[in-house]
Amino acid sequence: MSGTSRNKQYRIVHYLNQFFGGVGGEEQANCEPRTIQGSKGPGRLFEKFFREQNVPVEIVATVICGDSYFAENQEKGLGEILPEIQGYSPDLVIAGPAFNAGRYGMACGAICSSLNPLGIPAITAMYKENPGVDQYRKTALIVECADIVTGMEDAVQKMVRLGKKVLQGEKIEFPKAEGCFEQGLRKNYFHAEPAYQRAIALLLQKIGSDSFETEYPIPFFDRVDPQAAIGDLKGLTIALVTSGGIVPTGNPDHIESSNASKYGRYSLEGLEKLETKTHQSAHGGYDNTYANHDPNRVLPIDMMRELEKELGFKQHEWYYATVGNGTSVDSAQKFAKEIAVELIRDGVQAVILTST
Amino acid sequence: MSIAKHHALAPHITHHWKKITVSDLDFAPATGLENGKLLIHRDELISRLQSDPNIRNVKVDIVHPGESVRIVPVKDVIEPRLSLIPGYQVFPGVLSGWDPDTNRIPSGEIVSVCGMVVTTVGSIVGFQEGVIDMSGPGAKYSLFSQNHHLVLDITVQEGIGRHDHEKTARMAGFKAADYIARHALNKPLAGNAHETLINPVYPGSPGRQGSAEPKGLPRIAYLYMLQTQGLLHDTYYCGIDAKKMLPRFMVPSEVLFGAIVSGNCVSACDKNTTYHHQNNPIVLELLRRDKTDWNFVGCVLTNENVTLGEKQQSSTLAAGLIASLIPDGVIISKEGFGNPDADLMMNCSKIEAHGIKTVLLTDEFAGQAGASQSLVDGHPDANAIVSTGNANEVIVLPPLKKIVGDDRVITKMAGGSSKCRLPDGSIAVELQVLIGSTNQLGFERTSARFI
Repeated sequence: MSGTSRNKQYRIVHYLNQFFGGVGGEEQANCEPRTIQGSKGPGRLFEKFFREQNVPVEIVATVICGDSYFAENQEKGLGEILPEIQGYSPDLVIAGPAFNAGRYGMACGAICSSLNPLGIPAITAMYKENPGVDQYRKTALIVECADIVTGMEDAVQKMVRLGKKVLQGEKIEFPKAEGCFEQGLRKNYFHAEPAYQRAIALLLQKIGSDSFETEYPIPFFDRVDPQAAIGDLKGLTIALVTSGGIVPTGNPDHIESSNASKYGRYSLEGLEKLETKTHQSAHGGYDNTYANHDPNRVLPIDMMRELEKELGFKQHEWYYATVGNGTSVDSAQKFAKEIAVELIRDGVQAVILTST
Repeated sequence: MSIAKHHALAPHITHHWKKITVSDLDFAPATGLENGKLLIHRDELISRLQSDPNIRNVKVDIVHPGESVRIVPVKDVIEPRLSLIPGYQVFPGVLSGWDPDTNRIPSGEIVSVCGMVVTTVGSIVGFQEGVIDMSGPGAKYSLFSQNHHLVLDITVQEGIGRHDHEKTARMAGFKAADYIARHALNKPLAGNAHETLINPVYPGSPGRQGSAEPKGLPRIAYLYMLQTQGLLHDTYYCGIDAKKMLPRFMVPSEVLFGAIVSGNCVSACDKNTTYHHQNNPIVLELLRRDKTDWNFVGCVLTNENVTLGEKQQSSTLAAGLIASLIPDGVIISKEGFGNPDADLMMNCSKIEAHGIKTVLLTDEFAGQAGASQSLVDGHPDANAIVSTGNANEVIVLPPLKKIVGDDRVITKMAGGSSKCRLPDGSIAVELQVLIGSTNQLGFERTSARFI
């Protein structure tokens, strides 16, 4: 080890609530953020355990904030606390441990989640039922700890082990293995065995006993019950929305042929039908020969114009299109929410959804 | 031939498989094998392929493992093989007439090259042809990077429609593989690996009574789902378009002979190329350890259709055929994603309803961040799933020195985007562009887990 790296002292900022920061109990829960130099309370324990791990650290500052203050003024609190922390150029931020304290856990989670995108690594610890776990597990490294303060020493030990890896620049590929809560994100890795071998082994296990572990637990599926039929369409405004990828020729919004990250909103004004020259399919999941030959097959504006006269409804002059091919359910839900808001704003009462 | 005669009356159809490892691949004045080196007479091959009037031009390239080469857009990959069974050729029903219902596949011998493949590329047909990287990070995701490739870059005549274009490229690949096999393997070749695969006997087959099986071993069957949604999403069994086929039994080692071939332009990551079918690792493993670790009771082929009625029909019939084999458990493999998830769940739940355990092989489309649900359909009985990876995950592939084919199409391919080209020449693409990377026959080691 070279002399410079031996002398390298990692800089840590510690975040605590009013109780662990020594300001006071619940009666001080409204106290505004304040900073003290050096370590405080559990911070001393962190320094001790880091020393025992031969990791030279210094808690350069401890930021303390009241639980209620943060909970009631989250945006303002973050606006005060984040620049304060950044000012110390820390190598790592430690928040908590928060045990089962709900407001404290939410604050620790919010601070860690906000720091990571700024390039400042941050870790915290909570009990599994702390509401901060569900809220922030996807965006923060949260070590699992006990529900009450008697678990302090154990929590700090686990956080130090994780903190050491983070300080030494190790990428935390699999937080669960580090004692953290699963972030709930699917991440690829190379298994030791090819999938066909795992499949056969899993089947033998499932035949032999009730104890076997799936590699992907099937989630709860959101089923939407169809609404009752409208009946008389006279006077209603009806919109067309499609996941079949019909876009103006040239795909001006560059909607991806698979796993679309966006949708487009395009005019139908004055169009009696779609033409090969003006519209095309951008969809990569089906053979679009026939859709390109006659885009009305997927976005049936030709038929809607006929029915408009016959049934007396009004065709909405904008249609929405995306590509439903390998498109994640999260993206689809996001598109749908945004589109629905605009459709309601524009006075649309019914929608025909076409897919492929 | 003596083998075929010997087994004529035996209940089990038996295949001897000899594998000739190819150590190198090169062009030469005559096509053949020399000291493990496969030599190709380029002009002779090209002139054979150009006898198809739909083909305007064929460019032939050779690519080796470890080279800084990207092959794109890949349509199909095929392993050259030669059937030594008289009257039964490779790609039955495709390169020769064969009716699998009138004729039972005879027992006999097959020879294959090992370590070399024929790969077809050319101007893009659909959006969903794939990339093979021979070195760099992309090479880790697909077994194809470990093979020598004879790449056929096929240009069709102007005015040829997409469906004829696809068929032309598909047939050219089979013809080239057949040409190579006939010239290189049609002589005694020694000193290589071989194995014998003994197929299960189906209920009602001649000699069924005489077939004994060890007691006390679990009975395992395989449900082999083929992508058959039509419109460039097609798979063929003995030349039969599988979307027009009802679920049926198959002699498992028929796959060795190319009885199943790909005509698919679905996302590259989970399309089964003809190579994948020829080497189906589930079929091979179930045959290899049959009677030792389990009793392999049979393989049912089924399709993945477009309409709900067809899905219901196929899954009911497939589950019935599986149940008739009285297995304890079934492996179900899928091809493609999204819509076929519904077929997978119907197959799973209807088989479980017979009291038979299932394990499903599937890849995931969980979004680039992995935050979304992975499948578009589910069922509580689908409680034993093997994941072959999240195809939406983004990987960065650095530039490689040589492009074989045409990489301008990358932005339009499934998994590419208009912004996938990075300033340093790398591409940031979803795993789905890499052919075979999340293969659902289980070739690869890629998987996904919660972090």
